This record gives sequence, structure tokens and C-alpha cells, in this order.
Amino acid sequence: MNLYVLENINHTNKEQKMKIRSFRGGVHPPEEKITFSLPIQEMPLLKKVVIPLSQHTGAPAKPVVKVGDRVKRGQRIGEAQGSVSSNIHASISGKVVDIADHPHPLGPPSLAITIESDGRDEHHPSIKHNNDYFRLHPNEIREIVKEAGIVGLGGAAFPTHVKLSPPEDKWIDTVILNGCECEPYLTCDHRLMIEKTYEIIQGLKIIAKTLEVTSCYIGIEKNKRDAIRAMREEIRNEANMEVVPLKTKYPQGSERQLIEAILNREVPSGGLPLDVGVIVQNVGTALAISEAVKKGNPLIERVVTVTGKGIKNPANLRVRIGTLFQDVIDYCGGFRGKPGKMIMGGPLMGFSQYTTQVPVIKGTTGILVLPEEETEEIKERSCIRCNRCVDVCPMDISPNLIAKYASKDRFDWAREYGALDCMECGICAYVCPAKIPLVQLIKYAKAQLTRVTGGTGDTGVTGG
Amino acid sequence: MPQRLVVSVSPHIRIKGNIPRMMWDVVIALVPATIASIYFFGSKAIYIILVTTFSALITEALIQKLCKKPVTIFDGSAVVTGILLAFNLPPGIPLWMAGVGGAIAISIGKQAFGGLGHNIFNPALVARTILLISFPVVMTTWSPPRFISFDALTYATPLTALKMDNILTPLKDLFIGNVGGCIGETSALALIIGALYLLLRKHITWHIPVTFIATAGILCWLFGGAELFRGPFLFHVLAGGLLLGALFMATDPVTSPTSRSGRMIFGMGCGAITALIRLKGGPPEGVSFSILLMNAFAPLIDRFIRPRKSRVK
Repeated sequence: MNLYVLENINHTNKEQKMKIRSFRGGVHPPEEKITFSLPIQEMPLLKKVVIPLSQHTGAPAKPVVKVGDRVKRGQRIGEAQGSVSSNIHASISGKVVDIADHPHPLGPPSLAITIESDGRDEHHPSIKHNNDYFRLHPNEIREIVKEAGIVGLGGAAFPTHVKLSPPEDKWIDTVILNGCECEPYLTCDHRLMIEKTYEIIQGLKIIAKTLEVTSCYIGIEKNKRDAIRAMREEIRNEANMEVVPLKTKYPQGSERQLIEAILNREVPSGGLPLDVGVIVQNVGTALAISEAVKKGNPLIERVVTVTGKGIKNPANLRVRIGTLFQDVIDYCGGFRGKPGKMIMGGPLMGFSQYTTQVPVIKGTTGILVLPEEETEEIKERSCIRCNRCVDVCPMDISPNLIAKYASKDRFDWAREYGALDCMECGICAYVCPAKIPLVQLIKYAKAQLTRVTGGTGDTGVTGG
Repeated sequence: MPQRLVVSVSPHIRIKGNIPRMMWDVVIALVPATIASIYFFGSKAIYIILVTTFSALITEALIQKLCKKPVTIFDGSAVVTGILLAFNLPPGIPLWMAGVGGAIAISIGKQAFGGLGHNIFNPALVARTILLISFPVVMTTWSPPRFISFDALTYATPLTALKMDNILTPLKDLFIGNVGGCIGETSALALIIGALYLLLRKHITWHIPVTFIATAGILCWLFGGAELFRGPFLFHVLAGGLLLGALFMATDPVTSPTSRSGRMIFGMGCGAITALIRLKGGPPEGVSFSILLMNAFAPLIDRFIRPRKSRVK
């Protein structure tokens, strides 16, 4: 600890000569951060929101309102089911008009609550400022985070209260705040780090207090110099916090790669960050925690980067959960030309959508619209064993061989070559000159393997 | 109005490069050596190159049509094979024989294994070896380059001159390519320019060429002289097909190991076999045999050298 205390003192006022750390493998695709300089705008209230009951890893929430009920902003409308699940809250005030299946950005249509606005945007009486928040016991904080329905906002949407409650036998000594945002195009975390610096650090302090850890790192890719500067300025008097500039390289924001870069610790195969004493939280999640603990706000809105060459006016928008993609795109001036693909998230791990009627959910980091010419079908050829996929793979597996065996349904061999270690970052398919759908085949193998053995394919990756 | 949207699994962006672009880059890298071959051996050289290339293309198209597979002659891979085969032929070869070579390279060397990416051996070298065995006299008769700078014995290759008559060809002639030999192998300068382009474009890595050339050179330096450490190091590096083989044939990704350390083992093996044949074997040159032999070991090397989490127990 003493070492980096000194470092911080030495470099408080002058620009620190950046010491750049990173991980093995990875790629640096064109950054395309066209919205990086646009301040976050508030999206005006809408007539209607559609709030899915499943927005997180784990069991869907159970509706606790009926059609016809009047609800207020921040009122709980879905109750977490089981230990890994999350509460769902109304993001506007109004009337529940429908509880039915609705298109969902991450899969088949699923149960969602439709609320029609009464235009008043009244908040629920449960939302109260807590001026005494620094006196709260860790368990009270966990309860508030759980009640507020907070999930990881980097894209994976894992319930945060579960992450903040590590098993008794795990010793956690470090919290890493993830401000990498390594996916091309996305800038929501970047903007938050500049505009909400104080609140994010408050959130980090609350996380550190809850987990009773003393060392905190904030990992930021070095292409976000203004964010690094803002964060450094904010923590200049904090002895146990350090901002770590990282090489601009995808997937730097994946938990394992982040831990490798900052702490040089390796998360074991099939393990989680907490196996090496680390909890990683996205900067947006830290902000949400701060909002919930200090102001009593449940998670009912998030910042979404609306971007891509297929959008007229790209923007960083603060959007209420449940807002339809169609409304967001209309607010941004609509499509530019003919849209080819509409993606929730970034171009490397995002999910392409078939309809604009899907709602913004807690894990919606961005809405990326690629024009038709960027989505042309590419001809697949034979593998010429150039080894690029192996060279870039951050997990040290052999995508070429796993894909080959997966395409022949030899899943036993796919597992031997490391299929279950894959975190699906997608750069094997990105670099392949033969245009073989490598990560897609590996995902297929993983799905088959986890279905047969019941084991876990989850590697704790976040999209950020 | 509902929009028609494309739906697919991520990733949604890809690099611009693709296999045809890689192959045509190899063709570009072979241009300097092509020019050198025409300069030193005259128009015969360009005829040989054209015949092997067209023969390779036609054979590829024919077999793909017969097998009802998509015809992929524009991906550049058959052109690369054709040019490389021509580079490995003597300037005096009858054109029909060069044509047969092109057909053998594609049919037996490549398509018999399933086409691009599936062949075990370098197709051009398969064809060269079959021609060498079938027409031994023609394949080892060397006509001199156009600008002879010293005595008449130059119409043998530098390696034959060394082995039979213990004559050391001047290094300057070896470097620019003014010596007898296969049409594409003589000019070290032209080959190195082409290989630098491939390195720059990241289509090859340094591992195979460096280990191959260093191993062959050092072994010949150690054991190639009258006593230890007296062998002509630079002569052995520049003479014969070592540069052509190490820079363009052994680096073929399809027939070499995939990992970096695997490639270094592969290069060292090629170098050792080359030196063994040059110093102790019957024929004066051993580059093609060394590469073919190591091609056979590439899958084995790949099996034992894998990324950390891909090792089969």
C-alpha cells in the first residue's frame, strides 16, 4: 500500500508520466468513439415504458402490481426471486396497462410490465435522502443495494448485492473499478467518469466499506486521458486509491484481463475474481450504488450511447429503463440511410436486434446502428492455419481447433482444447482472414457442453 | 414503418484483410524475384512462370468443377503455387514439363488433400520432387545466367561447383543472383526485398526464416570446412535455394506449425536437414527435401506445443 500512496502524492498536481499496463493477446480495432465529447443529455419523459421482469443474470422477478394499478417513479413493481435475482422498479409514474410477453433485447419475448405515464413523474415515498449513509453497517448497505435492484451496468447485469456478499471463506483485499470501456463506439462510462467523478468515487468508497477492503484501483484505458485526469484529481487526497492507465486494447474491460493488468494475478480456470481476492465493479454501477445509498434512488435509469453511422444525431443519453429503442432512435433524429444492424451493446459482444420495439434494460450500454454497407455478408473460406486467432486470444486457448471440432460435433475434443475457458470476447472471429465464425462455433460448443454436463460456462466477463 | 434488420451473433465487425488479399500480397512479394529471374535468365524465365501458373489455375478449376465444389481460382493461392514451382525449376526445362509440374502441384499436392488449407506438404515442392525423380537429367542441367563474370564452370550451380570441384563462387554474384540455378532462387537481394514486404504486412513472422537460415548456416560453418569452424558461412546462406525455401516455402502457414515456438523447432529442423544433405548427402542441395520432411512433422509439433490452456492431457 505504501508504494502507491507515495506515487499518488508525487503526482497530484502534474500530469503523471503514464505507466501503461496490460494483458497478453488482444486487439485494437478502430475506436470509433464518435460520441466521446458529447455531454450526457437527459431524455424527455415519454408516454409509455415497457419494463421487462428479466433484466439481470438469474431468475426473473415476479410482478407485484396488477393491470390498472397506479404506480409512482421508483416503486417496486417486480420482486427478486431466489438468491441470484434482482428487484424491478417503475421508471415513471402512471398506470400499469399491460403485463404480458414483449420483445426482449437478449432473447425471446418475455414477461414485461407496460406503464402509461400520467405526465407527473411523481416519486414514490420510499425514496428518501440518507444523510447518515457513512454510518451504515455493511449489511445495511447490501440490503439497500439489493432493494434498489442494482446490477452490473457494464453489460453483464449480474446482481450487485450478490457480488458484494462474497462467501465467508473468500478473503477479498482489492476492489477494482472498471472504467476501461474497451468496446469500440461506446462512451457512456467515459462521459460518466468526467461528469459524475465525485459520485463514482463516493460509490467506490461505499463498495470498499461494504467489503472492508483498503486497496482500490480504477482501471481506465489511456485513450480516455480526460477521464484519467478527472479521476486522479478527485482522488488526490485518498491514500488507498490509485488510477491505473491501461493500454487501449480489447478486451481490457474483461474482469480477468483487468485483474491481470493491474494486479498481475490470474483468475483460475473456471474460477471467479473473488478466488484471487478481487471484486470488479463497473464505474456506472458505482454511481448507481452511490445514488441508492445516499439518495435512496433505485436503478430506474442509465446512460446509453446511441451511436454508429446509421444514426442521424449520435448522443450519450440518460434514459429511463423501459424506454423503447424506437423512441430513443427517434429522439436522436432517426436512422441515417437504411439501417443494416441495430445492436444492443458494442460491436464485438453486443446483441443484434430484429425490432426497434425492444426496451432499454439495465444492461443496455449502447444502441449501435450500423448502416447496410457495413453489414454485408462475408464469404467464408478454409482455415489456412495462420494462427492469428491463437495469437490474439486473451485466454490462451486455440479457437481454430475448438471451432473445427465444434463444427464436427466433437465437443469432447472442443473441451480438451479449452472451449469452456472461452469468455466469448469475439476477437478470434474479428481477426480471422478466412472469416470463419470462430467464436460463434465456440459458443455452440460451450452451450452443448454445459447442457450435457450441467457445468458452468460462466467466466464472469463484462461487456464494458 | 418496420425496418428490415440483419440479425447475427457477435462480433459485428471484422478486419478488412482476407485470404485472397494475403495471397495476392505473396504474389506482390514474388515480383522482385520474378524480375531478377527474367533479368538473369532471359525470356525463358517468364515463359516457365506463365506456363506453371496457368497450368495450376486450369487444374484447380477443372478439379473443383469435377468435384462440384465452388471454383476459387481467384483467391490467388494457385497463382502463388504456380510461381513458386517455376522458381524451383531449371531455366532449360521444356515448357510441357513445367506444365505437367503445375498440374501435379495442384492435383496431387493440394486438391487430393481437400484443397486450400488441407494439404500436408507444400504443393510446389511436391511437384518439384516428382519432376526431379521423373526427369533427373533435365532437372539437374543448368544453363548459365546471361552475364557470366568468371570461368565457364559457372553453368553448374554454386553448390555443385563447391561439392564437385571445390570452387567457391564470389559472394557478390551470389547476392545479386548472377549464378546458375533454379530461375527464382539465385538472387538473394530480390528474395529478401520480397520477404521484407511480407514481414511488413505481417503475413509471415521471423521465426521460421531466422531459425532455418541460422541453423543451416551455423552447421555448415561448423562442419563444412576442412576443419571445425572453417566452413563458408555466408556462401552457404546465399547459395542454392536456402533463401527461397526459408523465406517463401517454409513460411507457408498451411504446412508449418502454428505456434511461435513450434515454428522455431520447424525452422531448426529444416536447417539441420539442409546442412546434413549439403555436407554429407549425395545431391548438392537439400532445401526442398528438408522442408517436405519437416512438413510431415508439423502436425506432431502442433500437437505438443499448444497455448497454455489448450494442452491436451
